[in-house]
Amino acid sequence: MNAPLIPAALSDCAPVLKERGQREVFCGLTGIIWLHRKMQDAFFLVVGSRTCAHLLQSAAGVMIFAEPRFATAIMEERDLAGLADANEELVRIVDQLLARRPEIKSLFLVGSCPSEVIKLDLAKAAQRLGAKHAPQVRILNYSGSGIETTFTEGEDACLASLVPVMLESDARNLLIVGSLPDIVEDQFRRLFAELGIRNVGLLPERAVAELPGVGPNTRFLLAQPFLGATGAALEARGAVRIDALFPFGVEGTTDWLCAAADAFGIDQAHVDAVLRPYRERASTALAHHRERLSGRSIFFMPDSQLEVPLARFLANELGMNLIEVGTPYLHRQHMAQELAALPAGTMLSEGQDVDRQLDRVREARPDLTVCGLGLANPLEAEGLSTKWAIELVFSPIHGFDQAGDLAELFARPLRRRDVLRV
Amino acid sequence: MQLSVWTYEGPPHVGAMRVATAMEGVHYLLHAPQGDTYADLLFTMIERRGKRPPVTYTTFQARDLGKDTSELFQTAARDAIARFNPDAMIVGASCTAELIQDDPAGLIEKMGLPIPVIPLELPSYSRKEHWGAAETFYQIVRALADKDRRVTDKAGRRPLVNLLGPTALGFRHRDDVAEITSLLAKLGIDINVVAPLGARAADIARLGEADFNIVLYPETGDLAADYLKRTFGQPAVRTIPIGVGATQDFIREVAALAGVDPEPMLAEGLSRLSWWSRSIDSNYLTGKRVFIFGDATHAVAAARVASEELGFKVVGLGCYSREYAR
Repeated sequence: MNAPLIPAALSDCAPVLKERGQREVFCGLTGIIWLHRKMQDAFFLVVGSRTCAHLLQSAAGVMIFAEPRFATAIMEERDLAGLADANEELVRIVDQLLARRPEIKSLFLVGSCPSEVIKLDLAKAAQRLGAKHAPQVRILNYSGSGIETTFTEGEDACLASLVPVMLESDARNLLIVGSLPDIVEDQFRRLFAELGIRNVGLLPERAVAELPGVGPNTRFLLAQPFLGATGAALEARGAVRIDALFPFGVEGTTDWLCAAADAFGIDQAHVDAVLRPYRERASTALAHHRERLSGRSIFFMPDSQLEVPLARFLANELGMNLIEVGTPYLHRQHMAQELAALPAGTMLSEGQDVDRQLDRVREARPDLTVCGLGLANPLEAEGLSTKWAIELVFSPIHGFDQAGDLAELFARPLRRRDVLRV
Repeated sequence: MQLSVWTYEGPPHVGAMRVATAMEGVHYLLHAPQGDTYADLLFTMIERRGKRPPVTYTTFQARDLGKDTSELFQTAARDAIARFNPDAMIVGASCTAELIQDDPAGLIEKMGLPIPVIPLELPSYSRKEHWGAAETFYQIVRALADKDRRVTDKAGRRPLVNLLGPTALGFRHRDDVAEITSLLAKLGIDINVVAPLGARAADIARLGEADFNIVLYPETGDLAADYLKRTFGQPAVRTIPIGVGATQDFIREVAALAGVDPEPMLAEGLSRLSWWSRSIDSNYLTGKRVFIFGDATHAVAAARVASEELGFKVVGLGCYSREYAR
């Protein structure tokens, strides 16, 4: 907790402050909240404790009216004391679940802190259960435990677990990797079609059953900056990552699309012609917000790994001053272009010691602090405006058509502060 | 293992958080993996508190497990005391930390900290949130209530009571405390201590000075009330003042223990509900079938209100607190 502040030199960007202390972040299980909505034939069964069940419920926005596509197999004293065989118990629970929900086509067994600590082998369990329930149900597994994953790393682990079940294919195709809201997916599909890239697949698809093929002729674009393990798994299947900025704002989206077009040998003049109207519309939308955001200071607490690309967008396209850009984990390879595009000397921090970081926030008094829901209201009560980071994970913020909305998410807390007279 | 698609209660350490967060100057050191900090947002978002809960988590990760998580715990203890300067600290483990068996109680004892430290044993794999809150409150009372501070001579002073049970994140607990406080004041009864909500360690120390206790929420206050009865001989009122009839019963019971006359207050009429229920436009409520489910205190109270005061037919009554499902 008292880890000294070690400013580590990074060749291509400002020093990174590495911290190890109390981390005020979600665990990887939280990703289930958006993944279960995205993959509509999938069910997520967390093998864990009452705490896991409580987290999902609390993070899920609290109100669940229909039966959701996730549940928890809650371990009890009997399972831990060896009175019951945890593996047999899990088989019983899965049978019970599948009997009750016959529409489930893919079942993810999701590991948690307690299941990892007692070394419950969910990969083996998935194999056994998969053999039992094939071909109706495919059983997959990954770990969303807090001891191994931070928030969005749960999606990374989930998508990485899908890569081995993607069919081998020699076809030349483009994969967009990372779960996106349907509306954003549709926009990107239209754009790639206009650019002339026909064979476009998604990971994840809206149904696990429709996963695209992968092979040495696959080129993939990461749509999210937190997919280190998924990227490595795709590369192991022979696919090649297209290096680009992430598709936030005009600059990021243009670079992302152009990099793909370049990889597919599309003529640059055609690309420019296709993108021009989109770029112009997005620039106009951003202009509305630049006046409010330009010159304002912003502090990112670590949350989703979206911090670096979003900071780049806010600094370069809206003129905001970056006081500190905190991220739970910095994937230097995937983030290389983003780091290079940040204003020189930007203060980056990796990991967290939440109390010390809050000291820095209070000292800097930024115009806006991007942070988790556990910190936002307390900072507001201290007179500091905040933007809750989780909204950036749930909202459509990628691409040209959402650039204005993305800026609006940061402008709204400031505008609200000006408007309120209570 | 149990298949759970919905849970009404969190784990017991969330109950402990509800007690620590309700109190002033009490810090909770929780040995827990990264991610368990989600519980903070129950208080900052669902309850919309303006302060972070007074909880330091060790947030250990996989790489710490091979090394020394107990040192992490002790460092966190020292840091928390230096930064937050609490009057007392409770320490415990969440479900995962329980499995790695670092023994927070033993570790903290060895450190010889300068403030009262209260270790908690909250079995995560068999107990739940309300029990965790009740046990935590009980342990705090047991450790901090000063056995030498007793009831003073009744002559020349008003009766004195403690209100036990209200916590952070409780359903309308703050409103209930305000309502009951004003009702007691009208009866001529003073409040000694409300706890855990708003209490400091020094307030817990003087619990023994009250003539009797009022348990507003048995789910969280019963264990402490039993201890106070054993230790200080304080009787406890357990009638829950929800609804007209139950509130009248409550007033009679409180008045009897305090030695005051309840009749003037009862004669005033406590609520307009009796008349609204008799008003002819309420006829359509007659015999409506209702199913009631909730925690024990509220479900039982609602059943009485529904059947006796609204004229509903209660067709089912359930509660998720197994300890109270009788």
